[in-house]
Amino acid sequence: MSQNELSPSVVAEHIQNIPRSGIRDFFELVQGREGVISLGVGEPDFRTPWHIREAAIYSLEKGQTSYTSNLGMPSLRKSIRKYVKSFFDVDYNDANEILVTVGVSEAIDIALRALINPGDEVIYHEPCYVSYHPSIAMVHGVPVPVKTYFEDGFSLRAEEIEKALTPKTKVLMLNFPTNPTGAVLDEGEMRKIAKLCIERNLVVITDEIYSELRYDGVRHRSIAAEPGMKGRTVLLHGFSKAFAMTGFRLGYACAPTFLIEAMMKVHQYGALCAPITSQAAAVEALENGAPAVEEMRLAYDRRRKFMVKSLNGMGLPTADPGGGFYVFPDIRATGLTSKEFATQLLEAENVAAVPGTAFGLAGEGFLRCCYATSFDELREAIVRIERFLNSLGVGKG
Amino acid sequence: MVSDPLLSILSRNARVSLESLADQTSLSVEEVAAKIAGYEKDGTILGFQTVVDEEKAGSVDVSALIEVRLTPERGGGFDRLAHRIAKFDQVVSCWLMSGGYDLAVLVQGADLRQVAQFVSQKLSTLDGVLSTATHFKLKSYKEAGFEAHQETGDTRLPVTP
Repeated sequence: MSQNELSPSVVAEHIQNIPRSGIRDFFELVQGREGVISLGVGEPDFRTPWHIREAAIYSLEKGQTSYTSNLGMPSLRKSIRKYVKSFFDVDYNDANEILVTVGVSEAIDIALRALINPGDEVIYHEPCYVSYHPSIAMVHGVPVPVKTYFEDGFSLRAEEIEKALTPKTKVLMLNFPTNPTGAVLDEGEMRKIAKLCIERNLVVITDEIYSELRYDGVRHRSIAAEPGMKGRTVLLHGFSKAFAMTGFRLGYACAPTFLIEAMMKVHQYGALCAPITSQAAAVEALENGAPAVEEMRLAYDRRRKFMVKSLNGMGLPTADPGGGFYVFPDIRATGLTSKEFATQLLEAENVAAVPGTAFGLAGEGFLRCCYATSFDELREAIVRIERFLNSLGVGKG
Repeated sequence: MVSDPLLSILSRNARVSLESLADQTSLSVEEVAAKIAGYEKDGTILGFQTVVDEEKAGSVDVSALIEVRLTPERGGGFDRLAHRIAKFDQVVSCWLMSGGYDLAVLVQGADLRQVAQFVSQKLSTLDGVLSTATHFKLKSYKEAGFEAHQETGDTRLPVTP
């Protein structure tokens, strides 16, 4: 090796220490296989409703191709204010309490960067979305996962947070409905958690990306709406899931002015602004998208009921998810690990579902099945999973 | 949008199997079959059809939308005459309209002459028909909710977070 050649050790240590994503490992197994039914896709199977796509096209036709305000287009921030007030029952000032971001992913990153000093501890609940742990590690924070339990439908117990608190705890991250479990937060626990955050002076970052996808007639409630919480909460939301706009990469943060100011510092140098075409589409989504969202929600709900009934029926205990588009069946009775189960199911029956461990250690013994796929495919997937279980000798068939 | 999810699924795709309909509506197969039979009997379901791209199917049929003005009748309004017009085999759809004319009649024929003959000999000669205006269809972009040009297939990756 010549003296001037770089070696991988040049990569920053805290980045080297981030393990490979379990999703990426599994993706490589699935990629290139023929005839796979995938329950592994974490995004809607619906196209973005046409009127929203058309608004994006119209914006391009009018020549709107410039930067926007760092905070986001004023018209979009006004629409967000109106929408958030009516949906979450929390009023944010569109002049200085709302920031438009490149998806909720960017919003999580800049919220953590704005808040965390090296060594600060961030509590989050597992199983959880894949980015939480690495996002905390990337800002030199200390990730502190707390467990959620199958018996609670993967809702979060305030006592679990209490056990994890230390003088260095600064932030609590929440995501309900949850990817990968579809869990919703029990309202009694939400009140206890809010009380705890106030007592212990914690900041809450709440990722509300699945909040429109609630079922059984329950109205969604965010912790930001709890008394005394607005001033210590960063509410994150976006367009990817409910409006089926994943590729538009658009989200937003609502928070007290001093936090939005701090996040804006990071955002303006890192991203400058969110894409203007996506912002134009987002205004249309918020102003006129409700009927399309409701139609998609009803379709997800039909699939949800079918998946919960079918998986429980074949002997895989599955909590009834109150939101999102995932079910998280318990595969422990098979004696296989999550990874073994997912790999063998893929090899034997060509069904792809992500091992629960891709979402943290608390996911061991579970499998994430996304039901954002056509009903015909879901029915076929269920037939195949049942056949696989029978081949293991643990099915009920 | 119809209120019964069964009807909303069937209006989009009438070929969904009874088993799948049962799974989608959390009903039993027997309940689904009985509901559909009930809807057929009481006329809520008028029929089942296949939506065909006529250009691709090589059809040379001619369609026309005819605006018809009528004299309303005491007691029955436009209904008696509208039913009478709707009964012709050539008539595919027939709607009472607001605005500058009364009935919109969608007519199909083997060629231009057949449609013209229907209008001049059958439709406009009916007592009560005041006038007709015939518009021939040139090209179809969407039929019964289905676009003639399909979008690209699923572009999603097989596994995503």
